[in-house]
Amino acid sequence: MAKRIDVGGLNAYYGNHKAIEDISMTVEPRSVTAFIGPSGCGKSTFLRTLNRMHEVTPGGRVEGKVMLDDENLYGPGVDPVSVRRTVGMVFQRPNPFPTMSIYENVAAGIRLNGGRVRKADMDAIVEKSLKGANLWKEVKDRLNKPGAGLSGGQQQRLCIARAIAVEPQVLLMDEPCSALDPISTLAIEDLIGELKEQFTIVIVTHNMQQAARVSDRTAFFNLAGVGQPGKLVEIDDTARIFSNPSVQATEDYISGRFG
Amino acid sequence: MSDVTMEQPQVADRAPQPRSSLRQPRLPRWAPPAVAITAAAVGVAIGLGAGLSSRIQWGLIAALLFVLGMYGLAARVEGRRQAKDRLATSLVWVCFLIAVVPLLSLAWETVGRGSKVLDGSFLSHSMSGVLTIQPGGGVYHAIIGTLEQVGIATAIAAPVGLLTAIYLVEYGRGRLAKVVTFFVDVMTGVPSIVAGLFVLSFWILMLDFGYSGFAGSMALAILMMPVVVRSTEEMLKLVPNELREASLALGVPKWRTILKVVLPTAIGGIATGVTLAVARIAGETAPIVLLVFGSQVINNNPFDGAQSSLPYYIYEQWAAGNEASYDRAWAAALVLIAFVMILNLVARGIARWKAPKHGR
Ligand SMILES: Nc1ncnc2c1ncn2[C@@H]1O[C@H](COP(=O)(O)OP(=O)(O)O)[C@@H](O)[C@H]1O
Ligand SMILES: [Mg+2]
Repeated sequence: MAKRIDVGGLNAYYGNHKAIEDISMTVEPRSVTAFIGPSGCGKSTFLRTLNRMHEVTPGGRVEGKVMLDDENLYGPGVDPVSVRRTVGMVFQRPNPFPTMSIYENVAAGIRLNGGRVRKADMDAIVEKSLKGANLWKEVKDRLNKPGAGLSGGQQQRLCIARAIAVEPQVLLMDEPCSALDPISTLAIEDLIGELKEQFTIVIVTHNMQQAARVSDRTAFFNLAGVGQPGKLVEIDDTARIFSNPSVQATEDYISGRFG
Repeated sequence: MSDVTMEQPQVADRAPQPRSSLRQPRLPRWAPPAVAITAAAVGVAIGLGAGLSSRIQWGLIAALLFVLGMYGLAARVEGRRQAKDRLATSLVWVCFLIAVVPLLSLAWETVGRGSKVLDGSFLSHSMSGVLTIQPGGGVYHAIIGTLEQVGIATAIAAPVGLLTAIYLVEYGRGRLAKVVTFFVDVMTGVPSIVAGLFVLSFWILMLDFGYSGFAGSMALAILMMPVVVRSTEEMLKLVPNELREASLALGVPKWRTILKVVLPTAIGGIATGVTLAVARIAGETAPIVLLVFGSQVINNNPFDGAQSSLPYYIYEQWAAGNEASYDRAWAAALVLIAFVMILNLVARGIARWKAPKHGR
């Protein structure tokens, strides 16, 4: 069910401030694409344009097109709500719903949308999603306990379970491990490797090794200076980006001579 | 100096060491209470000696002595930084006492005087056929009036206020939101008598409806609405934006996000805010005098004819000016305070029951 993303000439603004400029790239289905680049170069902004979350920010505005297979997300008549059901998102800080139990958190995507699902079916979905997020073993005996009572790494996997429970076709992750310890990080990296069998995955990371470990392709973003819009410098196979990039700035950044 | 230092960490070798720069002499635990007692005693002595008749002056002298005493002592023993800390601490304590003493004495006075005639018959009878100079009679008609008027006012003001706050926090951008905020601010400042006059001229004089509990409810609703808006707004702002984004990113429409994620997260605080607003209007007298008129008899219909209410009843009994009516006024005051207290407890209960859960 995974889909190809094809971005063309994309600009995103916060009010009058242009945060990213003229970005074009293709993301292959059933692959992991990593975004790297210095802080403030617009990685999060770009990621959020891929499921129309950018316009949730006051003043947020997008120009250009994002094709999901053959449908433009920014085409006329496209409902952002359906876009977000197709393109799921995991945030930097784990954000389970504090009023809900672990079970309800996973079921939230379906229940909040008013879906009427039989109890047995819902149980199956919750179990499948939690297994998909490698969390089932740890929580199966306390599904009715609050989601906020889990550890940070477990909470983040809960959020991943919540995101995959609605069966999206693309999964966007914005620095999903930056608030986690190395062991939880490893757990999530393993998980990403498994999830790419089913989903198209885009992950923002500040961790080069992580990008090298989990991704098939890597995109390097940069910005000319403070207040300038961020741009895509290059996107290529991860192995190539880390061994022999075609742009000097990429090599400087990766080898730590910059940023 | 070593006789005032205490609570040093139990180090194995307590042999004479050079004084560590990390460890400084501290006043013992009992120093602040001791200073407080001394200050109080000296305050009383000065008050008696100088023949000051007002106990309040005694108290203020003692408070001043306590603050200065703590500062001086700490400055001698502990050094300047600690002395400033002690100064701030003792000032906070003194302010706390100044705030709490009148409150306690109020509660004490009301319970003492109010419990005299407060019994089952007082709660279940009206003043119908009772002369104000006679003992007896009761507060039932006023309780009914207060419950109905406050209930209707809440039924009007709480939904409107809640929806206004949701609009302001979740949707409001630009000109309209500013205008609404401005009017809410203005409404917060409307004195209750003005709200009463407004309803009087509009509802009773212009539209020619008679006095009724409902007329009073409208004035109370005007007073309550801005309080509900403000407190609900604050609670909604406390809900982290991340939760809204998490829900939106699951493909949940905005209105469902607000209904199913934002409101449940904030519901405890919102309920507390509404209850406090109810408590605030339960004690309003001015609009009741203007619009509900007051009554000695039971009137169960808030939409027709004069009613009484607890604050009005207190005012009326006090104005009657005799022993029996004073007793009734205090008893009614006690009932009113109890009503407000119960509301507060209910609000706390709801807040605790609905609070986001964190346990394992
Ligand atoms: N909510 C916002 N309002 C205004 N400007 C923003 C907002 N979020 C990000 N920006 C700006 O957009 C640019 C890109 O930010 P971001 O996408 O967060 O970068 P990155 O994720 O690569 O660190 C920055 O210049 C930042 O100041
Ligand atoms: Mg970012």
